[in-house]
Amino acid sequence: MKLAVFEAQGRARWDRFALLLAALERGKSGDAAELPPLYRQICHDLALARERQLSGALVAELNELALAGHRLLYQARTGEIRGIGAFLAGDFPRAVRSEIRLVVSLHALFYGLALGLGVLAWAQPDLIYSFISPENVSEIEAMYDPSGTVEGAPRDAGTDATMFGFYIWNNVSIAFRTFASGLAFGVGTLVSVIFNALTLGLVASHLVREGSAQPFFSFVIGHGAFELTAILLSGVAGMRLGLAVLAPGPRSRVAALRAAALSSLPIIAGAALMLVIAAGIEAFWSPRRLPAELKYAVGAALWLLVALWLGTAGRSRAD
Amino acid sequence: MRAFTYDPGRMLDTIHAVQTPEGVDLALRVAGPVPRALAWGVDTILQGGLAIGLQIVVGALAGVGLGLYLIGLFALIWFYPVLFEVRAHGQTPGKRLMGLRVLQENGTPVGWSASVLRNFLLVADFLPLLYLAGLVAMISDRSFRRLGDLAAGTLVVYADAPRARVTPIPDVTPLAPPFPLTLEEQAAVVAYAERAASLSAERAAELAAIPRALAGDQDPRACLIAQAAYLVGRTA
Repeated sequence: MKLAVFEAQGRARWDRFALLLAALERGKSGDAAELPPLYRQICHDLALARERQLSGALVAELNELALAGHRLLYQARTGEIRGIGAFLAGDFPRAVRSEIRLVVSLHALFYGLALGLGVLAWAQPDLIYSFISPENVSEIEAMYDPSGTVEGAPRDAGTDATMFGFYIWNNVSIAFRTFASGLAFGVGTLVSVIFNALTLGLVASHLVREGSAQPFFSFVIGHGAFELTAILLSGVAGMRLGLAVLAPGPRSRVAALRAAALSSLPIIAGAALMLVIAAGIEAFWSPRRLPAELKYAVGAALWLLVALWLGTAGRSRAD
Repeated sequence: MRAFTYDPGRMLDTIHAVQTPEGVDLALRVAGPVPRALAWGVDTILQGGLAIGLQIVVGALAGVGLGLYLIGLFALIWFYPVLFEVRAHGQTPGKRLMGLRVLQENGTPVGWSASVLRNFLLVADFLPLLYLAGLVAMISDRSFRRLGDLAAGTLVVYADAPRARVTPIPDVTPLAPPFPLTLEEQAAVVAYAERAASLSAERAAELAAIPRALAGDQDPRACLIAQAAYLVGRTA
């Protein structure tokens, strides 16, 4: 078939398709039923024009038409979640349990390191100054002064709301960065987890020595259940990426990374939601001046809740 | 055998081929580092502007306002690109300005998961400094994918059709070539006739002089155009 004949036969169809695409992209769906057959015809025309090498210009024009039709016709839904409730009750705990080895390893690393550093700092009180500047140490001391401010100073609703915003902005951003930097062979994630463990161990040890154990632990125990667990879960998601690049197994690195990214997405999303909950507890509950026993009891209940939730929720569904 | 494929060894063009269920290869024109960096710059400036605007609006309220501002800032940094890519045909304002669009690798619109992944992993592309990892990944990949694109299975392509550099073959008396041409030779003659008007006169003459056997002792340029008119099926 010659180009002139081909164009004479197809022009009306191509122009009609272009008009239809423009209408559909503007959201008018009146003639939508026309799209699939016209699109198939355009694909056929494109294949023919290319096979016969009719004209570069015509092939380019038909290619654009077919691409636009393809975008409208095929819209994949990749891993959409069904709603936050169903996600938290099922998909998220299941995703966490599917990475149980990483979850246990990172918890062991984090708490082992924090405890080890704490003991070391107990023996060598000056160790903390190698990692944290003296000004910051004094600030932390003042914050958890037993006679002090963390629970003492009168706080109004405004301060609580500010802190709520701050914890979301700060902590969720840290979780996302911990996750994403795992792509660098897991190094970014490990650095983040180790840094947080060092800080926790040193500060806790120092405060216990200074006699601030009660204000410190009664403050952190409540939101710690959600916050520490969520940061470690963002580490799990990050390590999943890093391990896929380091040890892709029987797949290519890109294929392994892609699978790991999809499977780690529910974990990082759930970790972010846990951090929002933690921000609420840390801003509105932890600073309340209440008997330490009550705070320890509520804190212990929250830890139990997190463990039971992540350990058992979402088991009933077969998948 | 297919007469036309996007064989990476043969084609220099930055084309990513997508095979559709209809059995035809669609050509996506992938965008390189420079327009994408410019789009990123535009988006960053816009995000900064929005952050300032947000501060003016909610900053007046003290405690609660500051909390809202921080949450807004958080959303602006992490979810601005995601929201635009999923809701506005794969285009953030910066990409729209630069004529770019994010698509899944199979040419379909980008979804929530893929958009979240590619935008969060921008952090990894930034490492070790100033998007070096992303740049290295892009220039070593045929389809200019940065790490986030590789993990999410996405592409950044030019949204608009290429500017037409062709003009219809002029209305001349068709002339049959002196001997039968192969399909590729026919395509070359037609392509020449379509592009001759956009070339300088010297370059057009130079190119037309190459297939000497076609023109004989006539003006090579006019002769090739007349033969192209014949090849596309025009009649006198």
